[in-house]
Amino acid sequence: MATVSQSQFTANLKKYYTFYTGGFAAFVIFVAILEQLGVPNKILGYIFLFATILLYAGIGFMSKTAEVSEYYVAGRRVPAFFNGMATGADWMSAASFIGMAGTLYLSGYDGLAFVLGWTGGYCLVALFLAPYLRKFGQFTIPDFLGARFGGNIPRLIGVLAAIVCSFTYVIAQIYGVGLITSRFTGLEFSVGVFVGLAGIMVCSFLGGMKAVTWTQVAQYIILIVAYMIPVVWLSVQHGFGPVPQVAYGYALQKVTERENVLNDKATPDGAREESVRQIFRERVAAADANLKGLAAGGPAFLAQEKDKLAAKATALKAATPVDEKAVAAAEKAVADYPTDAAKAKADWTKAKAGAAAKAAPIAAHATPFAGKDEKASDIKRKNFLALILCLMVGTAALPHILMRYYTTPSVKEARQSVFWSLFFIFLLYFTAPCLAVLAKFDVYTLLVGSKFSELPSWVSAWATVDKTLMNITDINKDGIVQLAEITIGGDLIVLATPEIAGLPYVITGLVAAGGLAAALSTADGLLLTIANAMSHDLYYKMIDPNAPTTRRLAVSKGLLLVVALIAAYVTSLKPGDILFLVGAAFSLAASGFFPALVCGVFWRRANQLGAILGMVGGLGICMYYMYMTYPFFGVNAPLWWDINPISAGLFGIPAGFIGVIVGSLISPEPSKEVQELVDHVRYPSLEGDIDTAGV
Amino acid sequence: MSMQLTAKHHEYWRRNLKITGLLLGLWFVVTFVMGYFARELNGITILGFPFGFYMSAQGSLIIYVAIIWYYAHYMNKLDQEYGVHEGEEE
Repeated sequence: MATVSQSQFTANLKKYYTFYTGGFAAFVIFVAILEQLGVPNKILGYIFLFATILLYAGIGFMSKTAEVSEYYVAGRRVPAFFNGMATGADWMSAASFIGMAGTLYLSGYDGLAFVLGWTGGYCLVALFLAPYLRKFGQFTIPDFLGARFGGNIPRLIGVLAAIVCSFTYVIAQIYGVGLITSRFTGLEFSVGVFVGLAGIMVCSFLGGMKAVTWTQVAQYIILIVAYMIPVVWLSVQHGFGPVPQVAYGYALQKVTERENVLNDKATPDGAREESVRQIFRERVAAADANLKGLAAGGPAFLAQEKDKLAAKATALKAATPVDEKAVAAAEKAVADYPTDAAKAKADWTKAKAGAAAKAAPIAAHATPFAGKDEKASDIKRKNFLALILCLMVGTAALPHILMRYYTTPSVKEARQSVFWSLFFIFLLYFTAPCLAVLAKFDVYTLLVGSKFSELPSWVSAWATVDKTLMNITDINKDGIVQLAEITIGGDLIVLATPEIAGLPYVITGLVAAGGLAAALSTADGLLLTIANAMSHDLYYKMIDPNAPTTRRLAVSKGLLLVVALIAAYVTSLKPGDILFLVGAAFSLAASGFFPALVCGVFWRRANQLGAILGMVGGLGICMYYMYMTYPFFGVNAPLWWDINPISAGLFGIPAGFIGVIVGSLISPEPSKEVQELVDHVRYPSLEGDIDTAGV
Repeated sequence: MSMQLTAKHHEYWRRNLKITGLLLGLWFVVTFVMGYFARELNGITILGFPFGFYMSAQGSLIIYVAIIWYYAHYMNKLDQEYGVHEGEEE
């Protein structure tokens, strides 16, 4: 199959992607010219989204293949550098691209748990897994579990765990795809989901891992360019120079100074903030009174309060002259009044929490674990560290990432490839905290204190498009913007940066294309993982080992389609909390896979019973804790050592290790063949070595 | 067909474990020890950043990249030294 040498192949790749990058730049310039010619923004949005989807489909079509090893592991000839880029795109999801900077904006230092967790995990990939899995060199992670621990049970548990965590994660990605397509084209959310999905499918359907790899490289280039341009521009505009990642320490200092001023009632700005906070404190008290009344009076209280409002509306109507606005407001208040006790309680509790947050002083951006006393702060610190651990170990256990290290030509390149992976991921992740600070600098120094009659155009534009992303109201009616009067949704930060920086709409389109690339590339990798686990591990290895190649690939492609449709359907139902889904996927992967995989390489004595107990025990504890403590499930049991449900892996991981150790020690040591397999994966090359990579 | 591990092979593996352990220790300190003391570290300022914030937002990330680079470099050299490197596929 290989007709050109590896070095020639690498040289060709460099040439292709250089041309591609140039072509893409030309395309952006072309769209910029269209914008200058007066083509409306909506059309530009369409051009961007469909051109890029078409591009990915084109790459997918050119990479179509009927070879098993090309379909599953891209022919094992992806050079370290390019595998690094592909892993970067595979890794960075819609949550990283759009959500990360926003999370950091909203939660300051504590949000850095995501930055640390999603990068530091690669140290574990490099030290514990990538080179060994590459030497083993089959197709999937369950393959390794099956060969190392023997029998179908470890493989089957691996398949189930891979499906559970990849499926949870893919929902979050398809959600991102739907959000971006609908926002930038005006299509319905559910239609957006399926349009985006079509793009994913054309790509992975024809060429499997090979197509996904080369598309992901293309997607990485788009997403990193789209992320960097607005940030650099914003930084230059505010006088921090063209390398904001180095210089934003000074922006952070200014933000901190501003926080102190706004929190100090003695300053004019601080006094204005205080007047808004006072209004929010009154709202807290009102909501509290309502809740107390409801607790005491029940439905009767509701009816009584509603009658009072209705009487007020009638009185306003009777007054002369009639104040139309006041009447409309009063009638709306009557119509919106909650009718059943449960809804009333939920509404008021939410209103109380919202107002209470606004009534509190501004949390300092750079201060870790801010809490009302030392105990609260220590609990936050504990959760910060626990979350980092779960995200890191989860990173080193997510099958769609580990699978990428099967595709390099050698163990040596697998090691280098982890380096390139983290390097390319690092470029985005060390920029996100910088963007958060620059955006905060902009809001705190320019927006706060400006006049409501002269709001910057990006503020009024986003406030009309989406109230959940940008909501600004003159609460104390002084005509001047106070920080407590602005409510920002996290996703706004990345989406609005081009406009904050005063860039033309073409850059906004580019950012949307970047977000789409991030979501699509991750969804691609995940769907392929699920389909491969089912077609390769379940069908070929366990049900019909004699299946011919063509049927294996046909089954795989069929499953890909089915899984994608199910995932899109589930997504279009808009299930709950995306951040929780993502967090859950990491804790599940960390508890289910990591102990068994690592012991499989580093502990010769680990055997089948150990792997089974470890995987089932780890997953079991992790799921149990999530079920018991995550409010969604309604059990709300007390937390263990104050650890939040998102970090359930903190209990699952040790449970997994204990399971592997105990299970292995109470049953006989693994066979000689298995021990040879352990030696085989530990040494990149051995004399008289066994061959596990054979197809 | 049988794989005979020589003393040299065992030494290779021991050295691998040693470097893995050392780098893992560094990873642990950078992540968890510095994270634990972030409040205290914030008292120091470098390049305009409070140090605790700087480490979590950037410094630790740079060290992670360096850890992985060093491991790849060290192990690829070790493979050569102990004769367990792969043949070049050209």
